[in-house]
Amino acid sequence: MKLISKRSLLAVAAVGTLAAALVGCGKKEAPPAPAPAASAPKAEPLKAAWVYVGPVGDAGWTFAHDLGRKAVEAEYGDKIKTTFVEKVPEGPDAERVIRDLAQQGNKIIFATSFGYMEPMLKVAKDFPDVKFEHATGYKTADNMRVYDARFYQDTYLAGMIAGKMTKTNTLGFVGSFPIPEVLRNINAFTLGAQAVNPKIKVKVVWVSTWFDPPKESEAAQTLINGGADVLLQNTDSTAVLQTADKAGKYAFGWDSDMSAFGGKAHLGSAIVDWSNYYKKSIKEVMDGSWKGNTVTRWGVAEGQNDLVKIPDVVPADVKAKVDEIKAAMKAGTFEVFTGPIKDSTGKERLAKGTAADDDWRGKIDFYVKGVEGKIPSGK
Amino acid sequence: MWRLEARPAPSRAMSYASPVVALVMTVVVAFVMFVALGADPVRGLQVFLIEPWNGPRALSELALKSTSLVLCALGLALCYRSNVWNIGAEGQFLMGGIAAGGLAMWFTMNKVGMSNWAFMPLAALAGMLGGAFWASITALLRDRFNASEILVSLMLVYVANHFLSYLVFGPWKDPMGFNFPQTVNFDMGMPRMLAAYRLHWGTVVALVLVVAVWLFMARTYRGYQLQVGGLAPAAARYAGFSARSALWSSMLLSGAFAGMAGAFEVAGPMGQLTPHASTGYGFTAIIVAFVGRLHPVGCVVASVLLSMFLIGGELAQSRIGLPSALTGIFQGVLLFSLLACDTLINYRIRRKVGA
Amino acid sequence: MNEFALLIAATLSAGTPLALAGLGLLINEKVGVVNLGAEGMMLMAAVVGFAVGFHTGNPWLAFAAGAVAGALGAALFGLLVIWLNTNQYATGLAISLFGGGFSAFVGVAYVGKKLDIQQTYAVPGLSELPFVGPAVFQQHPMVYLTVLAAVVIAWFFGRTRTGLVLRSVGESPESAHGLGYRVRLMRMACVMAGGALCGVAGAYLSVVYAPLWVEGMVAGRGWIALALTVFATWRPVRLLLGAYLFGGVTMLQLQLQGMGVDVPAPIMSMLPYLATVAVLVLISQNPGWIRRNMPASMGKPFHPGA
Repeated sequence: MKLISKRSLLAVAAVGTLAAALVGCGKKEAPPAPAPAASAPKAEPLKAAWVYVGPVGDAGWTFAHDLGRKAVEAEYGDKIKTTFVEKVPEGPDAERVIRDLAQQGNKIIFATSFGYMEPMLKVAKDFPDVKFEHATGYKTADNMRVYDARFYQDTYLAGMIAGKMTKTNTLGFVGSFPIPEVLRNINAFTLGAQAVNPKIKVKVVWVSTWFDPPKESEAAQTLINGGADVLLQNTDSTAVLQTADKAGKYAFGWDSDMSAFGGKAHLGSAIVDWSNYYKKSIKEVMDGSWKGNTVTRWGVAEGQNDLVKIPDVVPADVKAKVDEIKAAMKAGTFEVFTGPIKDSTGKERLAKGTAADDDWRGKIDFYVKGVEGKIPSGK
Repeated sequence: MWRLEARPAPSRAMSYASPVVALVMTVVVAFVMFVALGADPVRGLQVFLIEPWNGPRALSELALKSTSLVLCALGLALCYRSNVWNIGAEGQFLMGGIAAGGLAMWFTMNKVGMSNWAFMPLAALAGMLGGAFWASITALLRDRFNASEILVSLMLVYVANHFLSYLVFGPWKDPMGFNFPQTVNFDMGMPRMLAAYRLHWGTVVALVLVVAVWLFMARTYRGYQLQVGGLAPAAARYAGFSARSALWSSMLLSGAFAGMAGAFEVAGPMGQLTPHASTGYGFTAIIVAFVGRLHPVGCVVASVLLSMFLIGGELAQSRIGLPSALTGIFQGVLLFSLLACDTLINYRIRRKVGA
Repeated sequence: MNEFALLIAATLSAGTPLALAGLGLLINEKVGVVNLGAEGMMLMAAVVGFAVGFHTGNPWLAFAAGAVAGALGAALFGLLVIWLNTNQYATGLAISLFGGGFSAFVGVAYVGKKLDIQQTYAVPGLSELPFVGPAVFQQHPMVYLTVLAAVVIAWFFGRTRTGLVLRSVGESPESAHGLGYRVRLMRMACVMAGGALCGVAGAYLSVVYAPLWVEGMVAGRGWIALALTVFATWRPVRLLLGAYLFGGVTMLQLQLQGMGVDVPAPIMSMLPYLATVAVLVLISQNPGWIRRNMPASMGKPFHPGA
């Protein structure tokens, strides 16, 4: 036993010696310091950081955010210096990453997944001078605000196309987790399809992950086996689209333009373009007008959401109808969730003629009529 | 041609040198990789090896991560010494976290006021019970049905993970939480050593346990039995040491330790239960146990080392833009090098004489 | 009815990577080596296979590349375990860890890329048959090759002289060594062959099944393949059936969801793993059965002249 503990001490000593040597070398580098004062010819660039939950190459959610970040870089050139950390697990590790970014001098930090909400809130308390932006959450502070997109508008438009293109009147949806956002998307998809084809029904399969191509592929295959011939997803990879292509069915791209992956299956991509919002936020930090405690949701009207690359296999009259609704969304005269809306048990959830507000949309915990099955729950 | 020849007695020199050589080999590989990636290798090594120690907050984070690893690894070291291959520490960690989280949730929702100091022993107990329970399933199936503990404990990790999802998506979901999968934030947690940092007194508990296990293994008859049982099962049986009691005690203890680690993590830095409670500590702890040479003090050193790699990997991304995959590569290289060097403790290289 | 046929088709496809990896591990275990690094080997092969498929557009080259990657990973494992006598379990785990990091690292350039490879297959004529056609005959050729592999491996170990010698190495390497057989070389050969099969399994995932590269896409299949070797009591054909069973349970869970069966999704996701445990328990209960079928030297190091 003495043998081993001496060995451990030696190991520690070795690490210590190595460390000392490196500190010696490392000291040549200055630690990151705050911007030097006015004698510099131009102002120190604004440091902005992004925290990603997935890899930037996922062609989906994180990819879209990174495109936004790159747009900001292009717009502001050397007035800005951006950093990002990818694949940060949601949970206690996130707090460390966000805190380190704040300590490194970043003045605005964007956290791009729901699970970063509590960690970011904790760090925001300790860094009142740093601005924090959280995507898809709901808690805010004086130096923290929420931003979100209106994917349900995209899915409504996709639903319109799906309703017309389906031959089996069965549509499929690959769902990640039964949270309000995803349920909202499923319902909007159904409503959009019903608007052009009241006979459709929608089947949903839940994969309990945002990104797992083999699993998404299996889910897509299951939906196709069950008779669905047009698929939509709320997961982040191109697997669903590719599976649909293999099987000779249709599907949509999600989060980014996936037309290159879909072959003949691609009917459009429900995208999100964060660049306008990111540019606006940076501008507000630069001119001092940034305010916390708000929730900003941009959609089609602000150019943040869209359904793009609709191919010619979709008949012209359908395309025209989609454009019509898009224009109405842009003008603010069209609300996807307008009463009467009944849920799948027949209970009325929205009275006739009423247009839903963010509050109603944020609390969706039901399927609308036309969606098969029950929402998986523990109850 | 070279061949390996058994040494008459294990080499003391190599015992000392082996982990050092392994570390040096890993650093060399790291250096090469940084150069290949076009990054400044010295800065890279500095971020990986120095930055995680740089300043009181960094030390607090390092200690926090090491605490979870050391607790898990301690139990695993006991298991592996007894030749019980518990691969499912991650599942036991989760079940301990669920138990403590459930308790905290119940207290919070029923408005039972409690200080962090009062809660800590309860959390520890809940965690130990949860983890030990989960481990007992593996022990039972091995004891009664001879089912491989490697595979059963591993499958139970996946089951535990899905069970957590079921709870936070279903019965334990925060009713005020907009239908998001998480529990309420707990009103109580782990008592912090200093309010400003996340380090909590669970670390002291872990260190106390390290000493306790060391004494157990080095000084008690039971501990001796456990080790002999692992090294020479036939001799152990002859001497009357029960393989069955070794199985149960090592599994239950390692389950309890891993569960306690999970409880501290959920009650401490997390403060609620979410689907992300699974951080992989249970698997990293396997590496820690080996690098720590299955010795309690070794586990402490190894857990600090591996925490350093983990935190360093994060920093390497945000400070220098290096890919996150490097951490896994370095950990693997460290383990390989150690395993290879360890061979030289019991064997030496000789030139073959003759044909 | 058609839905059932499609479920069978999906099961065959899902079970193939499990079967291939399982067969690879079986070959290892027949000579007494337990390789816990299947997950890492499959990941390395998946990324290499995808990269080659991406650059050449040829799926067979991709499979070959995957096999080579798996074999190389296994060779590293073999070197450490067979010649340096390191602990088999720890070394295997190290390979899993390293494979994960290495594949993520190399794969960064390939995330979000598309393969230009033919995706649909059908056996001419046979695929037109009602029910059996879509159920069985519209698979990628690798599915059929896997069945062939299982049969060939069973025949090899059961009926050929080399197979017998290898099995004896697995039962008692000391005796085999005493008889003059080069035990370590034979073990290495099997380890590398097993690694190659795991590699093909990994390449199948990224080139045919997904077909994409993403970090960690093997998602525990390597561990399930390990369980399959025990489940199958080291018989290749039984392993094949076990792989399909497991693949089937996974697909069934999704199918039940699609049919509107109201069981919480996480509970359903547990099914494949609980099924594995149940089967393990059933199989292991009979110690005689295990003793008769498990290679006796599994997991133990071999020292020639010790």
